[in-house]
Amino acid sequence: MAFPQAPPARRSPRGAALPVATALVLAAAALSPLPPAAAAGTGGTGDTLTIAMSQPIDSFNPFTAQLASSTAVLRLVYPTLTVPAAEDNTPTGELAESWRTSDDGLTWTFTIREGLTWSDGEALDAEDAAWTFTTMMEDPGAATANGNFVANFESVRAPDPGTLVIELSKPQATMLALDVPIVPEHVWSEVGDIAAFDNDRDLPVVGAGPFTLAAYEPNQSVTLDADEDFWRGAPGFDHLVLRYFTDQDAMVEALRGGEVSFVHNLTPAQAESLEGEPGITVNAADGKRFTGFTVNPGARTRDGEEFGDGHPALRDRTVRQAVMLAIDKEALVERVYGGYATVAEGYIPARYEDYHWRPADGERLGHDPERAREMLDEAGYEEGADGVRVSPDGDPLRFRMAVHNDRPDYVQTGRSMEEWLAEVGIAVEGDYIDSGQIGDRLNAGEYDLIFTGWTVNPDPDYVLGIHTCDALPEEPGSMRGDAYFCDEEYDEYYAAQLAEYDPAARADIVADMQRLLYTEAVVNVLVYADMLEAYRSDQISDIRTQPARGGNLWAQDGYWSWWSARPREAETEGGGLSPAVAVGAVAAVVLVGGLVLLLVLRRRGTEDERE
Amino acid sequence: MSAPSAAPAAPDRGRGSPRRIAVYLAGRLLGAAASMAAVTVTAFFLFRVLPGDPVRTMTQGRAVTEAQLDELRRQYGLDKPLGEQFLDYCSGLLRLDLGVSYQYRAPVTELIAERLWPTVLLAGTGTLLAAVLGLWLGTRAAWRRGRVVDQVNTGLALTLWSVPTFWLGLLLIVVFAGTGGFPTGGMATPGVRGPAAALDVAHHMVLPVATMVAVVYAQYLMIMRSSLLTEMGSDYLVTARAKGLRDALVLRRHAVPNALLPTVTLVFLNLGQVVAGAILVETVFSWPGLGQLFYQGLRLPDLPLVQGLFVFFSAGVILMNLLADLVYPLLDPRVRV
Repeated sequence: MAFPQAPPARRSPRGAALPVATALVLAAAALSPLPPAAAAGTGGTGDTLTIAMSQPIDSFNPFTAQLASSTAVLRLVYPTLTVPAAEDNTPTGELAESWRTSDDGLTWTFTIREGLTWSDGEALDAEDAAWTFTTMMEDPGAATANGNFVANFESVRAPDPGTLVIELSKPQATMLALDVPIVPEHVWSEVGDIAAFDNDRDLPVVGAGPFTLAAYEPNQSVTLDADEDFWRGAPGFDHLVLRYFTDQDAMVEALRGGEVSFVHNLTPAQAESLEGEPGITVNAADGKRFTGFTVNPGARTRDGEEFGDGHPALRDRTVRQAVMLAIDKEALVERVYGGYATVAEGYIPARYEDYHWRPADGERLGHDPERAREMLDEAGYEEGADGVRVSPDGDPLRFRMAVHNDRPDYVQTGRSMEEWLAEVGIAVEGDYIDSGQIGDRLNAGEYDLIFTGWTVNPDPDYVLGIHTCDALPEEPGSMRGDAYFCDEEYDEYYAAQLAEYDPAARADIVADMQRLLYTEAVVNVLVYADMLEAYRSDQISDIRTQPARGGNLWAQDGYWSWWSARPREAETEGGGLSPAVAVGAVAAVVLVGGLVLLLVLRRRGTEDERE
Repeated sequence: MSAPSAAPAAPDRGRGSPRRIAVYLAGRLLGAAASMAAVTVTAFFLFRVLPGDPVRTMTQGRAVTEAQLDELRRQYGLDKPLGEQFLDYCSGLLRLDLGVSYQYRAPVTELIAERLWPTVLLAGTGTLLAAVLGLWLGTRAAWRRGRVVDQVNTGLALTLWSVPTFWLGLLLIVVFAGTGGFPTGGMATPGVRGPAAALDVAHHMVLPVATMVAVVYAQYLMIMRSSLLTEMGSDYLVTARAKGLRDALVLRRHAVPNALLPTVTLVFLNLGQVVAGAILVETVFSWPGLGQLFYQGLRLPDLPLVQGLFVFFSAGVILMNLLADLVYPLLDPRVRV
């Protein structure tokens, strides 16, 4: 009982000290907005352009970087041989000024632009390019990110500083779409283990793009400085700052407040809320990506070993086509995407005009539930007592559909499909699951319908390649594509397009491939969702989209947007405090003052007591 | 950690004898070691149960050949059998090597060290302010229980306690960031150097700390309130009053020090979690701390990163619990009995 007596004498003043400390911290916190307030509003004023990115950086090493955000930065820093044009994505010269091919199509000779230098002043010539490609061919670690581009290379050499010669083992039409950053040999040949090198210690990084990588705060920001001597002309802004946001809504608020000048990856609701705000322009770019689903046509390995448990009725093309006829893609565009999407038919998105394909009227599988029912009736799929059709082999048409639960648009699309398919007598049970689980089910072939989507590059070779028989897994569980599609005719087309150097003829073959995919209805595309971006048009002017019509700004194939963007001449941007800050500061002062006063009064009371 | 040599010489069975203290210490230390071992094993297998293939997620949407996928698997060490991976992990752990993150391509220990300070700064400040605020308001509430002060304080604290963190954070961003002059996220304005940088960081801390404090101070308030209420029925308070002490003094000198004990435990428990950060707060405010790192790691799953963080977070909690166990006897003589 005596114990509590001891400490009080000491505790009393300390008890008062704690709240005082709290008050001081609060005061510091409340008052601190004053000095940097001016800095907070500098998203795009003056010579710095701040853009928000929604992904971290994995590496600045172009040989290993995988994430799109890293690729986007590297495109501003390192040159490529050619680059898709801003106007229409056609390949144009970058490092390479011109090129020619041998008659057998196996030798490509590039003429390298003269008089180029790296940012440290060293000459940039064909030998840097030859070294880059050769390193990727010889060191598997250097092939981690972009090895696919050199898989078919026989040899690469630079007979003189202005000439690069690439020998192929078989013709390859994608030679003008080599998305391989060329690095300075004199810097990178000093790097020991390329696979373990992150290229973020020795800044500024030696590059040769419109910008130089100047500063990096991991998980916070990347700062790039403009190269005034860039051969195509100096960029409009002197500095480019990429700030990393982990929350989409906070990012949108940062745009509203002018803290950043550009945001991307918006949801339809966010885009709609920004639409019409003064000083902000929403850019709804035509999608690079298609959203759709694939049907399990019977999973099997390259050797023909079957595995998985796909529904047998889905091997019948009639059923697959009936599924497509039941779906109302136009309703999806409105219902799910609020109009920020386009109905998809061909496999290659509409933004790539040269390769995009649309079905002719006779071959279209548009929304027609009546026809779906007729087709199923004719093929002997009769409706059972519970309204679900039964195949001639006696299997009820009950399909399991795997949908990514972290993508609201997929989930809503899945729910609509359940409804529509039920109307034609097909019961679909949606499994709304984690994307990791989706991958596992795909690998195991344990699904009937599975959602998917791909971003398509200006050169369509890769997304076409994942549906060849070669893309089937060697053994169960190691799937590279997203459908177990395998068709001899398709494979012949694929080989033919890769060997065809005439762009128009190649486009015709690519169209045939899309027709085949569409008719077989194993790989089904539903919509091309718009890429929703927004920027402060009161801070930025002259920014160029790619392509010119309906194009995007973020993640371009090239550096056009940030190179072309210019600061808009300041009109009304006044310094000083905004009224809200002033009100907040006054409130904080009153609050803290009150607290301090209260404490002082209480202490005085205690002292009175002591006397 | 067995009993020291003094034990056989003096078989003292009284309070606080060296032998008893040694047994107490050894017991606690053994417990902590056992927990740590369990955590180590769990960390490895727990995240391997997660669905998904890191290599596949990493390369999603990229044009890759099979050779590239194999190369990535080799670099990540995923081509080895599970048993070998586990042995590698254990032997690495003994050398304090947590492996190399898949997505950041940097040693996990380096990543943790890099982000520890921001997390300690944010979560530490938040916990400290919440504890101080909670204790203070809890004392007031208990002293005037049932009155308006109590009802308003308790009601407000419980309302904030039940508010989702991300929602409150976003609300603060909408109201105070942008037009209000506070930054929407991050820890520093790029390019700010020198003495201004400290102020800049404080500026960035205001909203996340406010969010954290608002959500968690209720637990300190409630504990302080209830333990003070228990003390207030005690005889010694009646004695104190009978001596003629003023109410405020009875509270400060007699009741509060005794009521503080349960709260100390809570503070220690929470200090252990300080390193785990506030995942939600860090995510909403793009704070470059450990919580955010964990979130990033889970998306892949970046196995070395998440298992390393798991071990690290658990070690923090175990260590703080151990400390609380060790400090408690010093604070409360009753525990020594």
